[in-house]
Amino acid sequence: MGMDIKTPAKAGTMESNDIYVIVQPNDEGGIIIELESIVMKQFGKKIKEVILETLEALNIKNIHLSAKDRGALDYTIKARVETAVKRGM
Amino acid sequence: MERLRRTMLFMPGNNPSMLQNAGILGADSIILDLEDAVSITEKDAARILVRNAIKNVEFYGTEVVVRINPLSSSFGLKDVEEIAKAKPDAIMVPKATEEDIQIVDEMLSSIETQEGFPHGSIKIFPLIETAYGLENIDSIIRTSSRAIGVLLGAEDLTADLGIKRTREGEEIFYARSKVASTCRACKVDAIDTPFADMNDCRGFNKDIHKAKSLGLTGKAAINPRQVDTIHEVFAPAEEEIKYALRVIKAMEEAQREGKGVFSLDGKMVDAPIIARAQNVVKKAKLAGLV
Repeated sequence: MGMDIKTPAKAGTMESNDIYVIVQPNDEGGIIIELESIVMKQFGKKIKEVILETLEALNIKNIHLSAKDRGALDYTIKARVETAVKRGM
Repeated sequence: MERLRRTMLFMPGNNPSMLQNAGILGADSIILDLEDAVSITEKDAARILVRNAIKNVEFYGTEVVVRINPLSSSFGLKDVEEIAKAKPDAIMVPKATEEDIQIVDEMLSSIETQEGFPHGSIKIFPLIETAYGLENIDSIIRTSSRAIGVLLGAEDLTADLGIKRTREGEEIFYARSKVASTCRACKVDAIDTPFADMNDCRGFNKDIHKAKSLGLTGKAAINPRQVDTIHEVFAPAEEEIKYALRVIKAMEEAQREGKGVFSLDGKMVDAPIIARAQNVVKKAKLAGLV
């Protein structure tokens, strides 16, 4: 049984090397990720993978997540997703 | 491993750019700060970010210390719980008391066992910034064998004493002396309070010299630009190193000849002079100067 987001929550900033993450409940079920990134072309796919991995590790099955990336490294992406999810639970 | 701790550079805990560059700024230690540099609404975010940074960012051998929130706040215990699992080199405990150090020590022991880290591998750095802390440094340090040094926090200390903090720092003469002497007695490092005015180079220089002359072994920095100046002052001077090396050479010769006391440049050299020379050479070696 997965955990769900109960209330909208956000984490991170729009500063360089950070990522701003907003999470919301997804009543339709499943995982929806919307990503904007300054390095979309080079790393968009990789960033989505990192977000998915983090959600999986947190056992989140239903979520609507939108992220604005400002060139965050993996450790920051993981941290901001985890923070937003925990704030929304 | 014995470390040189001439500088301990504060880095705000909720800033990814600064965290990922912390290891290349030349400081001997970095203090990833979860306390004053992080707003109350971002404590959770900073804790998770710092934990991830310790696990994933390359710090190139720089000592990684995390300043947690006071144990009296609702964040302190959670900070230890979460951060210790990432195995920082040390946890810095603000407004430290014996009781706080005891609690952190016990938590670290249980986390080390749980995570399979060698026992005692995570050290403790008490922050002395209250009148109580200052008058009880000795017992605070001796509460845990993990204590490797003390940082003097003059802003909070002078606030606690109800006195004014000045640029000249006469008001912390006693605190600096007390920290230096007690740390020396306990064989741990004594780190001086940071100097806040980035534009006052002369005042900064004077402040570092004052701290060194009273026996403090290093100084906290709040800006990477402060690191080199502190290193220059705390490193043994070239003349000092040359003299120390000559003393040691003369001592070795005297030993070979079976002499107890000997002279160098017409002055008698005895045990305290030899000890000082050995200390200078040790520091110079750690700083890569010999």
